Amino acid sequence: MNPIKKRMLINRIILILSSLSALIGISFLFWILSVLIMNGVDAINWNIFTFEGAPPGYEESGLKHALIGQLIIVGVATLIGVPLGILGGTYLSEYGQKSKMAYIIRDISDIMMSAPSIVIGSFVYAIIVIPMGHFSGWAGVIALTIIMIPIILRTTDDMLQLVPSTLREAAFALGAPKYKVITSVVYRGAKVGVLTGILLGIARVAGETAPLLFTSFNDNFLNTDLNEPMASLTVTMYNYATSPYDDWQSLGWAAAFILSMFILGLNIVGRLLIMKRKGR
Amino acid sequence: MATIVDITDEKALEVKNFEFTYNGAQEPSLKNITMPIAKRSITALIGPSGCGKTTLLRSFNRMHDLYAGNRYSGSIEFEGRNILDAKEDLIKLRTNIGMIFQKPTAFPMSIFDNVAYGLRLQGIKNRSELNDRVEKALQDAAIWKEVSSRLKNDANGLSGGQQQRLCIARAIAVEPEVLLFDEPTSALDPISTQGIEKLVIELKERVSIIIVTHNMQQAARVSDYTGFMYMGELIELGVTEELFVTPKERLTEEYITGKFG
Repeated sequence: MNPIKKRMLINRIILILSSLSALIGISFLFWILSVLIMNGVDAINWNIFTFEGAPPGYEESGLKHALIGQLIIVGVATLIGVPLGILGGTYLSEYGQKSKMAYIIRDISDIMMSAPSIVIGSFVYAIIVIPMGHFSGWAGVIALTIIMIPIILRTTDDMLQLVPSTLREAAFALGAPKYKVITSVVYRGAKVGVLTGILLGIARVAGETAPLLFTSFNDNFLNTDLNEPMASLTVTMYNYATSPYDDWQSLGWAAAFILSMFILGLNIVGRLLIMKRKGR
Repeated sequence: MATIVDITDEKALEVKNFEFTYNGAQEPSLKNITMPIAKRSITALIGPSGCGKTTLLRSFNRMHDLYAGNRYSGSIEFEGRNILDAKEDLIKLRTNIGMIFQKPTAFPMSIFDNVAYGLRLQGIKNRSELNDRVEKALQDAAIWKEVSSRLKNDANGLSGGQQQRLCIARAIAVEPEVLLFDEPTSALDPISTQGIEKLVIELKERVSIIIVTHNMQQAARVSDYTGFMYMGELIELGVTEELFVTPKERLTEEYITGKFG
């Protein structure tokens, strides 16, 4: 076989193999999504949004308690995690820069980002739940905040560093103090990127189950008191999906569907923002 | 020893025995520089890449202080004081000595907000005063006609030449005494370059100007005085025509006749 033919044959084989693997990966994704959508859409009805949990067999059962619990836990975690993450990222990019301290923080948060979330859940169990004597919404909030902070911190750090240093110098050259340079020029230049980091951070924690099992636990009824155990979509879904009752399983599908669409939506918005940023 | 022309007019700045060393460097990047900068005139700094002309320019507004570990010695006198003094108020200094960079540095905000940036830093909040001073600065920077109908638009939508004039407007809006230009036209096309050069010449009625340029013709076209730098030293400072026609130093002559550089 002459070398050109041989090269083209190898090229073809690699092309077929890689296309095939991509196809296999994607087909699983679409399989999961289509099963989820078929079962999820079937399970969705108005009752889900108006009724709380009920024993199996009851017509009037829903996910109101889990939806509201989820919103509270993720919402409060976002309220705490976003400012801390942004301020930490600002420290790394604008003050720590290339110092040893900054590198140590960067490395630790990279490790934190890939830490199994169940470890964080059991950590919060040990430091919050055991001293308090019971599960609580706050413990769930803290667990999710711990997961969220390193994500937002590192994206903020990266995005602020992308702002050209000449832009900072130009602001300093007009007599701006450092905090003004950061808030009025650097943040503005990086706002799309930082916002993307926030969205991806929220999307990441919104799908977490393991850290909530140990912390906010569950409640089959509506509870808005963060000092008490609180329902969440993920834990509710876990409980309902593993139950032997058809109507509970159907509610589990509905919870899975709502949660997936929420996270998918956040991810799509995040990606669109990144594309818009690059396109500029 | 360097040949330094005697400037009898009033001086904007006086550099004396100035040395500058970058963080971590053994050798100073600027050595033993003594030079007067004439008031209300244009001084050009020329020399081959790496000769220290931009380093010297960035010393005048203490830009090097943004990065830790850089060291100055000697003195730079401005309005009767040494601005290298540790007690110097850098924020005030930088409103008195403005800077235009090599690449246009339009902030990610509207055209109006760009020009108003320095004014707002000085605490000017009155809307009509802001409007007046922004308009005046844009007119003085010869860009008012092009942007007056779209002041609210994002400044990044302007062309490179327009952005550079916007940056000049932003710098002169705060009415500095001295303006530092760091190769302001090296990223621009010939037409925009011509516009900026014309503007620089007009501005010298009000401000003292120091301009770093790679382009000897540009120095010859716009400046009143030219300083030639080589390997961190000022070799010669002279009246521009004299320096280009009858240079006193052999190195200057070799550089302007193209023997190296």
